Amino acid sequence: MILDSKIPAGPLAEKWTKHKFNSKLVNPANKRKYEVIVVGTGLAGASAAASLAELGYNVKAFTFHDSPRRAHSIAAQGGINAAKNYQNDGDSVFRLFYDTIKGGDYRAREANVYRLAEVSVKIIDQCVAQGVPFAREYGGLLANRSFGGAQVSRTFYARGQTGQQLLLGAYSALSRQVANGKVKLYPRSEMMDVVMIDGHARGIVTRNLITGAVESHSAHAVLLCTGGYGNVFYLSTNAMGSNVTAAWRAHKRGAYFANPCFTQIHPTCIPVSGDHQSKLTLMSESLRNDGRVWVPATKETAEKLRKGQINVNDIKEEDRDYFLERKYPSFGNLVPRDVASRNAKYVCDEGRGVNETGEAVFLDFRDAIKRDGKSTIESKYGNLFDMYKQITGEDPYQVPMMIYPAVHYTMGGLWVDYNLMTTIPGLYALGEANFSDHGANRLGASALMQGLADGYFVIPYTIGDYLASTPPKPVDTTHPEFQKAATEVKNRVDQLLKINGKKSVDYFHKKLGKIMWNECGMARTAEGLKKAKAEIKQLKKDFWSDVKVLGTNEELNLSLEKAHRVADFIELGELMIDDALNRDESCGGHFREEFQTPEGEALRDDENFAYVAAWKYMGENQEEELYKEPLVFENVKLTQRSYK
Amino acid sequence: MQLTLKIWRQKNASDKGGFVTYPVSDVSKDMSFLEMLDVLNENLTEKGEDPVHFDHDCREGICGTCSLYINGKPHGPLQTTTCQLHMRSFSDGQTITIEPWRAKAFPIVKDLVVNRSAFDRIIQAGGYVSVGTGGVPDANEIPIPKTIADLAMDAAQCIGCGACVAACKNASAMLFTSAKVSQLALLPQGQVERKTRAEKMVAQMDAEGFGACTNTGACEAECPKGISITNIARMNREYFSAVVSSENV
Ligand SMILES: Cc1cc2nc3c(=O)[nH]c(=O)nc-3n(C[C@H](O)[C@H](O)[C@H](O)COP(=O)(O)OP(=O)(O)OC[C@H]3O[C@@H](n4cnc5c(N)ncnc54)[C@H](O)[C@@H]3O)c2cc1C
Ligand code: SF4
Ligand code: FES
Repeated sequence: MILDSKIPAGPLAEKWTKHKFNSKLVNPANKRKYEVIVVGTGLAGASAAASLAELGYNVKAFTFHDSPRRAHSIAAQGGINAAKNYQNDGDSVFRLFYDTIKGGDYRAREANVYRLAEVSVKIIDQCVAQGVPFAREYGGLLANRSFGGAQVSRTFYARGQTGQQLLLGAYSALSRQVANGKVKLYPRSEMMDVVMIDGHARGIVTRNLITGAVESHSAHAVLLCTGGYGNVFYLSTNAMGSNVTAAWRAHKRGAYFANPCFTQIHPTCIPVSGDHQSKLTLMSESLRNDGRVWVPATKETAEKLRKGQINVNDIKEEDRDYFLERKYPSFGNLVPRDVASRNAKYVCDEGRGVNETGEAVFLDFRDAIKRDGKSTIESKYGNLFDMYKQITGEDPYQVPMMIYPAVHYTMGGLWVDYNLMTTIPGLYALGEANFSDHGANRLGASALMQGLADGYFVIPYTIGDYLASTPPKPVDTTHPEFQKAATEVKNRVDQLLKINGKKSVDYFHKKLGKIMWNECGMARTAEGLKKAKAEIKQLKKDFWSDVKVLGTNEELNLSLEKAHRVADFIELGELMIDDALNRDESCGGHFREEFQTPEGEALRDDENFAYVAAWKYMGENQEEELYKEPLVFENVKLTQRSYK
Repeated sequence: MQLTLKIWRQKNASDKGGFVTYPVSDVSKDMSFLEMLDVLNENLTEKGEDPVHFDHDCREGICGTCSLYINGKPHGPLQTTTCQLHMRSFSDGQTITIEPWRAKAFPIVKDLVVNRSAFDRIIQAGGYVSVGTGGVPDANEIPIPKTIADLAMDAAQCIGCGACVAACKNASAMLFTSAKVSQLALLPQGQVERKTRAEKMVAQMDAEGFGACTNTGACEAECPKGISITNIARMNREYFSAVVSSENV
């Protein structure tokens, strides 16, 4: 199969307009004859479900959460980008496009990214109309802040809860359609498989998480808006329930998985405090504007500090190493996320890390407090300092914060064409679940933008083109393919419950996380990846022979739910490793130690690797097959990023 | 730390349920309350006993999924969510009683998990501005005074956790409902449907079986997001002016 991205011909700035015009339409009277399944009610899913229902389609929306409002999107803090140029500081659609392509280290599609920048302006209008209380200036107009990787102020925000407010906006639009009877909501329902009829996605099989019932749902198209897979690392900033199951089942049915190894590791998270740790908490990136990152200059000092023999505030200036300022004099503490994360890892690997674990660096506000006064710092970061104190028990006004990088976002995901359709006809992927817009590294405040762009402004147009050539005949859930898929799900449940081994599901998840973090995390080597691959194969065997899942299917059963998800994470982990091994270059969040400049920076290989790696599932325990979608750059010049 | 946990166990909605006592050891003060329960559950699993079911997801205090009535207080001793509560708030040797939210409108699903979909139905009754996607004015077309936008944001911060209901002796959902009514009543975008919104949401709240508000303020005191009871006063004004000149026919 040749991957056809369906990028429209013509000049970059006209592609989307032309494409919309050339797409087929479904006439209003016919729309009500079509059914669309939306799996996931985060930003991407809720906005898509609401918009499609408004158009007249009959929508069924599924979420494993108890309410659509709980989706992981709720946790986004910082903000959402849009090329409004309200600040008159030189922003434009082209500049947002350019920043995103460059930030992604030239591994994203020009046409998709341009469209994203183009519709970004409409998102803000839409959200304001819904009653999203964005931050405002005294004159009553919208406020903006700046974010990493950009030289203009284009980020809109609602205090530190932007994701919450945007999701509640989309949730309200969705709720209106539920009240109108155009959306039927299925909370606490987990999608377990996609059902294919004659090569097209025609429905899903779900497990009702309260009763255990395996249910069939049919439709003319299926949208997966199921979020990212950062929890493959066990510890991440993602919500506990975030998982890859929906995408992975689709993958096994024929949807190619693109760039699985592209993961983003965020530099400013609260460090791990012990083995009990269940998740990591992000501290806003904005802290790097005033905090200085450092570790002790020598291993010996670091060790004394870890053992509690000396006090951090007694370490003299000349015994501190402000390593980012030293290595990157022009960007200093504000280097991009991947660079900041990697350097923290280096100093910890050298034995100069702090905290009892040795896996943390300082983020110090002493000088900023001295310079601007405590009250200024408090007004800027007060809530973050409080949150830090609540979690760690330490007061960042008195002692430096400790931070360490953590897995935060996955750029990889299901391969989609320009219409957001996967390689399975009728199956779409939106939001973090697809791979489309961020290349090898995502810029801050652009995931929210992408989720809402996909749901509000892209899918309502592109789905029509597909449905217009699909007969509106109802799809029957008594079709043998539904029965088959449902039986497979039931068998799998039985199998998991029957193993009755000795180790808990979490035991395997933690083990997988360690392997992935050590070998497929911030820095990767061919040797380490090969070792990890063997370990994961073994882990999979152990899981299926020794996992202990208690209880029955016919009840709320959290360990059974989790067992399904961890089983899929293990398989995904192996594919991520294959992908990382295949990509013999460093780009964005993917850093292969063999490929670096003499100064230790990521070294891209545009000649051989300017492509999207899309993987095709070939069967149980078979190696997956690689398909390449070449990336063509007609509007930007590829350059080496430098932050020195 | 060593602790004794008295936890409400209930197999399903129809089971009668009751307290079961579990000792836990090896609890560190840096653990969050939910991580402490994770430890208990790992131990139970090892012994082949069904783990204690509780709701949670973000563990950052924002999704509103976690609940738990801890020693007689929703979300425990601090004014924060259970996931943001750490074991340093407890002392070695302490007995901790853990129950689900208790309210007729929040039926128990299993153990500590309750069904809060009544909140969704209150929002579905009118907690939105009826605008479709596209065709809306430019975001800066209507300036909104910062003070008003800030007040709307204060109300909009509600995470839908239900602690207000759990804290109230009447199991009233006034704080939750009024937070949404206020947010939209304050903003110019919410004006058109202002009257019908208050009326419909209040009617739904009553239909769900939430109790009446007798102004004890227990909800505000326990709300992890500091939602103020001035919102309830605002909603009452909205509601009474609506029923006087009802547009709902
Ligand atoms: C701590 C944190 C802070 C962030 N801050 C920012 C920020 O400031 N700016 C920014 O742009 N981005 C930010 N991000 C990233 C951004 O929040 C996410 O990428 C984005 O919200 C993902 O939205 P989504 O709709 O694709 O998926 P999600 O919001 O993850 O929603 C997934 C949905 O799918 C459902 N689901 C999943 N699997 C199944 C299944 N099998 N069956 C049924 N339902 C299923 C879930 O129930 C849920 O409803 C942040 C991320 C984190 C972790
Ligand atoms: S008002 Fe407060 S306590 Fe009630 S649901 Fe909202 S956040 Fe929770
Ligand atoms: S788990 Fe999300 S608020 Fe507690």
